[in-house]
Amino acid sequence: QAAQAATENGPRTVTLIPGDGIGPEISASVQEIFRAAGVPIQWEVVDVTPVKGPDGKIGIPQAAIDSVVKHKIGLKGPLATPVGKGHRSLNLAIRKAFDLYANVRPCRSLEGFKTAYDDVDVVTIRENTEGEYSGIEHVIVDGVVQSIKLITFEASRRIAEFAFEYAKANGRSRVTAVHKANIMRMSDGLFLKCCRDVAELHPEIKFNEMYLDTVCLNMVQDPHKFDVLCMPNLYGDILSDLCAGLVGGLGVTPSGNIGFGGAAVFESVHGTAPDIAGQDKANPTALLLSSVMMLRHLNMRNFADRIEQACYDTIREGKHLTGDLGGKAKCSEFTQDICEKVQRISDKQK
Amino acid sequence: FVPPPAKWGGRHTVTLLPGDGIGSEMANHVKELFRYAGAPVDFEEIDLDSTAPDVEGFEYALMSIKRNGVALKGNIETRTSFQGFQSRNVVLRNRLGLFANVVCVKNLPGIRAKQKDVDVVIIRENLEAEYSGIEHESVPGVVESLKIITREKSMRIAKFAFEWATKYNRKKVTAIHKANIMKMSDGLFLECCRITSKEYPDIQFDQMIIDNCSMQMVNKPSQFDLMVMPNLYGDVLSNIACGVIGGPGLVSGTNLGYRYAVFETGARNTGKSIVGQNIANPCAFIRASVDLLNYLKLEHQAHVIEDAVMKTLIEDKVWTPDLGGQATTTDVMQNIVKYVKANA
Ligand SMILES: Nc1ncnc2c1ncn2[C@@H]1O[C@H](COP(=O)(O)OP(=O)(O)OP(=O)(O)O)[C@@H](O)[C@H]1O
Ligand SMILES: Nc1ncnc2c1ncn2[C@@H]1O[C@H](COP(=O)(O)OP(=O)(O)OP(=O)(O)O)[C@@H](O)[C@H]1O
Ligand SMILES: [Mg+2]
Ligand SMILES: [Mg+2]
Repeated sequence: QAAQAATENGPRTVTLIPGDGIGPEISASVQEIFRAAGVPIQWEVVDVTPVKGPDGKIGIPQAAIDSVVKHKIGLKGPLATPVGKGHRSLNLAIRKAFDLYANVRPCRSLEGFKTAYDDVDVVTIRENTEGEYSGIEHVIVDGVVQSIKLITFEASRRIAEFAFEYAKANGRSRVTAVHKANIMRMSDGLFLKCCRDVAELHPEIKFNEMYLDTVCLNMVQDPHKFDVLCMPNLYGDILSDLCAGLVGGLGVTPSGNIGFGGAAVFESVHGTAPDIAGQDKANPTALLLSSVMMLRHLNMRNFADRIEQACYDTIREGKHLTGDLGGKAKCSEFTQDICEKVQRISDKQK
Repeated sequence: FVPPPAKWGGRHTVTLLPGDGIGSEMANHVKELFRYAGAPVDFEEIDLDSTAPDVEGFEYALMSIKRNGVALKGNIETRTSFQGFQSRNVVLRNRLGLFANVVCVKNLPGIRAKQKDVDVVIIRENLEAEYSGIEHESVPGVVESLKIITREKSMRIAKFAFEWATKYNRKKVTAIHKANIMKMSDGLFLECCRITSKEYPDIQFDQMIIDNCSMQMVNKPSQFDLMVMPNLYGDVLSNIACGVIGGPGLVSGTNLGYRYAVFETGARNTGKSIVGQNIANPCAFIRASVDLLNYLKLEHQAHVIEDAVMKTLIEDKVWTPDLGGQATTTDVMQNIVKYVKANA
């Protein structure tokens, strides 16, 4: 809410982390489209290339962390996997500062980019702080390892509330809780109970619960049965990628990590694509749609709708598609097409 | 590997656990087909009470399978209300030591499918990891669930997978894991697969992370040959694979241990929502019974039934609604029976 209130007075500053590989190209593309649309946002571009800190440890520059902490909103391109251990990662630092507990990934079929599925419009909401990713593991005796999956009332309740709030704010009608409470009776049972309790408070949103395996089975057969899915960490990891797969992969699916007080980091979840980096061949769609999510989060819905529309139109028309979408256009040509469309839509609305 | 199953006077006794949902309808269809096919099999049918934990009935069922060595099984529902009771499907697999679940997923010609050229064997560790059932609420509102991975079971399933690949001429084994996050547990599993792969230089070895794999499975499943994985990932991937080639009504699956074998459908679901409507696709269950006949070396009867199912699906296109047809279960059965009678 704090973040949203801020937008009413003057331009908002957002930290931009262009990232590695194709990151700078797709970030430039997003910036250009924002300029064309006249979005009242100022970018604070930060470099996260690891440096040696005052303590002698290698890590991302403190300035980068400070920027995100100050502005509370970040847009992030792909980062190369850090080499070596004990490296302070940006994700970790930001996650610590804001407790980015919800990962949101809308997956929607793109008209003009044909996959085996053309009726997908689902949002996966993944609990991002605990579950199987607790990191607590030990060797009990030689050859026997135990990994702890941690499920708490607090985190489960919080993610369930987020899912219903998200559904309401985004005109969605149903939330499905995904679980394996038939097997993990207490842990997933607790998660499920939290979802049920929160569902009672939101009678206007339909609610159902399904086993993870049944969701997998039905999702790949008939995805239009689903709307918003809410789940613990690992299931969210699996299903968010599965759903992205339905609409053509990580190159076209946006993602957002939401934390306390409206703090959020939006990012493209594809890799750095070193094979095409610097060649003006990258597809900026994932990062652009992530920035659209960001605009909605900042309550700048009008800009969000315009840019999203222009992006969808460009892909549907298919005249300037990048290689991964089956076209021959350069990233800059694709960007140009979107910019023109954004301006036309803006002019029409004037 | 497995001792010969119970056989008296040329007849086999097989435990039949119809389970819940469409299980009992399906069991009846199989019994009918076995009659027409002249399969020398006597079923020892055990109906469990699904409105209660039915511990006694369940113990009896376990004993029956131990005596007979073989079972055909539907899925047993686990009600959330029976707190403190583990899923009986899990207990059964544990108590019988059925360490491997094998699901072979392949497109059937002419059947509407989201992806083509799928021909994959999914081998799943069936006893441990996320299914250990060890959980506790240390502080109110904080639950710990233990995932246990052991070298012994990981080596066993890895060995099983490579042996299967060798026997059935598969070229590539892909280990599925999440070792980047669960470094020790899934790391151990992956390490066991890698070590085992060294003994099979003719088989290509590869590995993939479960989230990426789920995406690849809906995008380009033809890249996979044989896959081996811990328990939960197997649950996910076998359901995705079944879904991608046409649904849960087509694919069968087998649970194997050193002493016993239990045959089920590949997606292991109950089909609760379609009970009693005469629309369930019986083919998955029937194909599980064909696997059973093959296991009992009743190859002729297995072939007759398999052939009848294939003709019904592929040539006559008698399809239930899940395949996009309008036939009832009865229509499908009558068509299959027609061929079985003619060829038995
Ligand atoms: N935004 C994009 N636009 C066009 N092609 C892309 C895009 N993202 C990925 N690709 C393509 O998909 C393939 C996989 O790339 P991805 O970056 O995900 O993995 P990677 O190359 O292994 O990088 P990393 O090591 O950072 O994960 C690459 O060959 C690349 O050409
Ligand atoms: N043999 C079958 N033929 C046709 N459809 C089936 C068959 N088995 C399962 N299904 C369908 O597959 C889906 C998943 O089945 P599953 O048993 O996991 O769910 P269910 O018990 O039916 O519960 P619900 O449908 O209420 O979620 C359901 O839509 C079910 O109707
Ligand atoms: Mg992932
Ligand atoms: Mg299952």
